[in-house]
Amino acid sequence: MTDRTLSGAQAIGEALFQAMEQDANVIVLGEDVSGGAGLGEPHEGEMGGSFGVTRSLFSAFGPTRVRDTPISEAAVAGLATGAAAAGIRPVADMMWSSFTPLAFDQIFNQAAKMRYMFGGQATVPVVYRMAMGAGLGAAGQHSDTLYSLYTHIPGLKVVVPSSPYDAKGLLLSSIEDDNPVLFFEHMGLYGQKGHVPEEPYTVAIGEASVLREGSDVTIVAISMMTVKAIDAAELLSADGVESEVIDPRSLSPLDVETLRRSVEKTGRLVIVDESPPRCSIASDIAAIVGEEAFGALQAPIRRVTAPHTPVPLSPPLEQAYIPSIERVLAAVRSTLA
Amino acid sequence: MSDLDRDTLLALYESMMTIRMFEERVTREFRKGDMPGFVHTYIGAEAVAVAVCAHLNDSDYISSTHRGHGHCLAKGCDPGDMLAELYGRETGLCKGRGGSMHIADFERGMLGANAIVGGGIALAAGGALAAQVRGSDAVAVTFFGDGASNQGVLHEVMNLSSIWQLPVIFVCENNGWAESTPVEYSTSVANISDRAAGYGIPGVSVDASDVLAVYDVAGAAVDRARSGEGPTLIEARIGRMVGHYLGDPEGYRSKDSKLEEQSRDPIPPFEQRLLADGVLSDSSIASIAAGIEVVLDAGVEHAKTSPMPDAADVEAHVYAPVQ
Ligand SMILES: Cc1ncc(C[n+]2csc(CCOP(=O)(O)OP(=O)(O)O)c2C)c(N)n1
Ligand SMILES: [Mg+2]
Repeated sequence: MTDRTLSGAQAIGEALFQAMEQDANVIVLGEDVSGGAGLGEPHEGEMGGSFGVTRSLFSAFGPTRVRDTPISEAAVAGLATGAAAAGIRPVADMMWSSFTPLAFDQIFNQAAKMRYMFGGQATVPVVYRMAMGAGLGAAGQHSDTLYSLYTHIPGLKVVVPSSPYDAKGLLLSSIEDDNPVLFFEHMGLYGQKGHVPEEPYTVAIGEASVLREGSDVTIVAISMMTVKAIDAAELLSADGVESEVIDPRSLSPLDVETLRRSVEKTGRLVIVDESPPRCSIASDIAAIVGEEAFGALQAPIRRVTAPHTPVPLSPPLEQAYIPSIERVLAAVRSTLA
Repeated sequence: MSDLDRDTLLALYESMMTIRMFEERVTREFRKGDMPGFVHTYIGAEAVAVAVCAHLNDSDYISSTHRGHGHCLAKGCDPGDMLAELYGRETGLCKGRGGSMHIADFERGMLGANAIVGGGIALAAGGALAAQVRGSDAVAVTFFGDGASNQGVLHEVMNLSSIWQLPVIFVCENNGWAESTPVEYSTSVANISDRAAGYGIPGVSVDASDVLAVYDVAGAAVDRARSGEGPTLIEARIGRMVGHYLGDPEGYRSKDSKLEEQSRDPIPPFEQRLLADGVLSDSSIASIAAGIEVVLDAGVEHAKTSPMPDAADVEAHVYAPVQ
């Protein structure tokens, strides 16, 4: 079974299914998570969310635990938060990360702060899942990453898987976690294929993964930017430059230790992030490494990010928005010059 | 309602008096200047929290507002631990991290006061959702103001709670004002309870200067929710007897209108009635007040002599530990 292969979407669906099987307190709610609500067979449950991720759930677990909602993001996030505070483990499907601002109060003022404001009494085991990312031509109001925004907020955990294996293990960890977790599913992850064991397993939140070892430069890549970073690393290797590629996997908490150790080895850091650059995770990692490993740096830290714009529609513009392999190569070379 | 037994009537009275005297004491102590933060007192609204919470137990949930002391006390929170919280002490209900506007007591199903107007509405409905998923008969009540009734989240949550038949009761405390803004100006309907019709749930307005009227309305709503028949919207009409917050200059209203609102105090008519019915006597009134005073004296003493949180602990309680 070691070669069992699933897509990212299937891996996430399997994690949800297994979490619901293991724990009757796990429920799923959100817009169109089943589809055909109230219409019964064969329509109800057939859609399974905008990307088919939750398709298997309704027929197995029924309407008490798999709940289609009206288009009411504040209510979805807020009820999920309150239900978590009252002791169950809701997984709220927010559809696209660009829609979470409609629920921002529930996430920012309520879920994130509840434990602290109430002196540690509250336990809020809620997961907000959401799709994100450019590349589909979905443009301005469907393509944002937004993980940097949520990483800024104390009390939240932010998880950004980049492979089907990590997606399943990290989602199972997120559902088990006693804190509010924002789980960001990049569009590119849904179709990506990879090895996924059938049995349930967890991947610890807060542990980066070193995707490729190297001694000349550290490339930290967020979410599906890991694919570009690996491709760039192979091209650089042909020129004799060995890159260490790191996927932080979660941005809050952030595995600073792995980043620091790598930069101490390589002396160079390039961060690849499909988000606008200001107050972003790329800027944050640059600041942390600048503080913690300044003495090891042999070149200025380089950030390869989206421009400081909304995501455009037109294909050449959208391609210009998403960091390219060429820009990663140029950034790495500039640190070696 | 007159068939309420003596113990229940006395409990309602004592609970209202506890809130009133707590708030009067907080007002006095706050003016001494050593209580941090903003304080909004519940004076004039006592009948609402008391009459609603009389139908609840510890496994039921409530969510509250910036004006939440009354909800806490009516749900059974300890006055001394509340006072310690108001003074920002480590012994406070929230270890001094929350203060007046963020008091919570999860052991009593008190899911928190909320300094975001309307912020508690979805949370209580979430408590109701948890109860429904578990198959328990617990219910949830969310208290909110007339000002909050214009927040979008209320409308999303009333609709969702209706289609899911959640055991939640929406209790709008209409005191006629949102800070300085009159409800007649801010609100498109004459009765906030009319809005229930838009969500297919019962809506009822009640004069909350009459605690027994609120008791009946709330009892019916709680029974409905407990038996799986879904949500109710209750508009409880009260006078805002005090300023919006302690220190409010209240330039936005006339003395006469304030006097009129103060005449809607729920306590004197109830007291008169209990006197007339022989449930209370002058001496029992005095001894109830004296008993509450003892509790408040001890509470203030406990609060003021309790330690402040250690500054080294500023980063504690952000995250739950990983199991
Ligand atoms: C989201 C939000 N907006 C504005 C405020 C500022 N604010 C605090 S209390 C209040 C009025 C609330 O009125 P109402 O809901 O009627 O409650 P009341 O104070 O009358 O009990 C306002 C505007 C806030 N705390 N939160
Ligand atoms: Mg008001």
